[in-house]
Amino acid sequence: MSKKKRWLSGPYVLWMVIFTVVPLGVVAYFALTDNITGAFTLQKRANVGSYLPIFLRSVGLSLVSAVICLLIGYPVAYCIARTKPSTQRLLYLLVMLPMCMSFLLRTLAWVALLEDTGILNTFLGKLGIGPLPLIRNYAAVILGMAYNYLPYMIMPLYSVIVKIDHRLVEAAQDLGCNSVQVFSRVILPLSLPGIVSGVTMVFVPAVSTFYISQKLGSTGTILIGDVVESQFKGAYNPNLGAALSLVLMALVFVCVGLMNRFTDDDGEEIVTI
Amino acid sequence: MRRANRIFTAAVFVFLYVPMFVLILSSFNAGRDLAVFEGFTLIQYAELFRDEDLLRLLLNSAIVAVLSSLIATALGTMAAIGIHNMRGKLRSLVMTMTNIPMTNPDIVTGVSLALLFTFIGGLLKTRNVMGFVTLLIAHVTFNLPYVILSVLPKLRQMDSDLEEAALDLGCTPVQAFFKVVIHEIMPGIISGGLMAFTMSLDDFVISYFVYGPRFVTLPVEIYTFTKKPLHPKVYALFTVMFLAILLVMVLMNVLQARDDRRRKAGRSH
Repeated sequence: MSKKKRWLSGPYVLWMVIFTVVPLGVVAYFALTDNITGAFTLQKRANVGSYLPIFLRSVGLSLVSAVICLLIGYPVAYCIARTKPSTQRLLYLLVMLPMCMSFLLRTLAWVALLEDTGILNTFLGKLGIGPLPLIRNYAAVILGMAYNYLPYMIMPLYSVIVKIDHRLVEAAQDLGCNSVQVFSRVILPLSLPGIVSGVTMVFVPAVSTFYISQKLGSTGTILIGDVVESQFKGAYNPNLGAALSLVLMALVFVCVGLMNRFTDDDGEEIVTI
Repeated sequence: MRRANRIFTAAVFVFLYVPMFVLILSSFNAGRDLAVFEGFTLIQYAELFRDEDLLRLLLNSAIVAVLSSLIATALGTMAAIGIHNMRGKLRSLVMTMTNIPMTNPDIVTGVSLALLFTFIGGLLKTRNVMGFVTLLIAHVTFNLPYVILSVLPKLRQMDSDLEEAALDLGCTPVQAFFKVVIHEIMPGIISGGLMAFTMSLDDFVISYFVYGPRFVTLPVEIYTFTKKPLHPKVYALFTVMFLAILLVMVLMNVLQARDDRRRKAGRSH
């Protein structure tokens, strides 16, 4: 350990202060000022409260999709972790690959699958069922979130499950646990860090998305991301947009902080390729 | 039970890949609609390679991805070595800063950078502050944590006596650094760099807030196209990129397998 080497972090620290810490200050500045006069104001921001239902909807839908991802992702991660190492690597790669492909186009493919004259409804129509309202509702938005962020759930779960010492499972069996008990008392508690980081990695992008809700939802499923986006790109009011971003950020930090209380992770590990 | 789980896993993989196969199939579709297959054709690929605008957008994305991942890899590797030599409060402060862009929703990162750039633009009295430079800065910023978090574990795995041994055997500190430390953590540097590259290539949300009309990347343009019906040559491009990324991943897989084998061989000596 040498103290001199610490200075190698200098350029990075400078970069992060300018482009991460200062911008958050600028967001706070915009959030608290008037968009025309530039004077400090809190009254103009009083209407942030009226976006509460949209915040609640965003949190609700993304929590549901995070839980769905957990229920789907856990057995998959478990199954991958129990195959032989070369198969593991291949399957892990197959989980990663969708993350690298344009999520805009993949979401658009879901529109083609789900729309009233889409692939699924055409298929169902041939069977004499149909057309079902598969798109422009909450279920479609949740499906879009769960689909897009499922790999973010599987990866951390897999990397935790694969490290579980199999001798612990055997010991539990020897001591008289049945398979349900082995799972609930040994495997599940040991995979808790993976669950927490998986839920976080699904929840954070889902709660702030705007594309999925635009394509798969309707005017009734507007999320907070849509509102923020429209403040910057449509109804130009960056001050309101900044205030909403600030609330969104605080919300995410509180949620992530709450979830991290379940583990004593130092937060220095990530899942790498 | 085990068998049921395997069938379930297979079904989930089908779920993950079905939308991509819809897009790949559409690249061979004679019609324009994603949902209706009107006949097989390769004309979209010919259209794709003739379309200079689309190739230009792809090139723009590639330029930003290559530059930002190179800058982030250099800065991030240096930072990781520095952080590795820190303890206590200083270390946790720097790690907290590293975690900000990781935890913050992309939209907040995008908005905060956009506001910073507009603010600076206001000070400099320029109207069009957004462009290549702002895009590059944003990409470097969100790439940096990925590099740091994949280099740090490699530094922890490294035997700290190795560097001292090199110094004892007559290396200068600079030689010891490049020949031993950098060599040992190379797999982490490469995987961090590649991760940064793919993140940058496919980034839409952050780019969308900091791009300027003079320099547009592919994902941003796809978003603005999708407001109109999309031309099928975009699906041909998707297919080409799917194959390219598959190739890169297989390559990385081979590299990693080699690294693992070497590590195992090293342990048995």
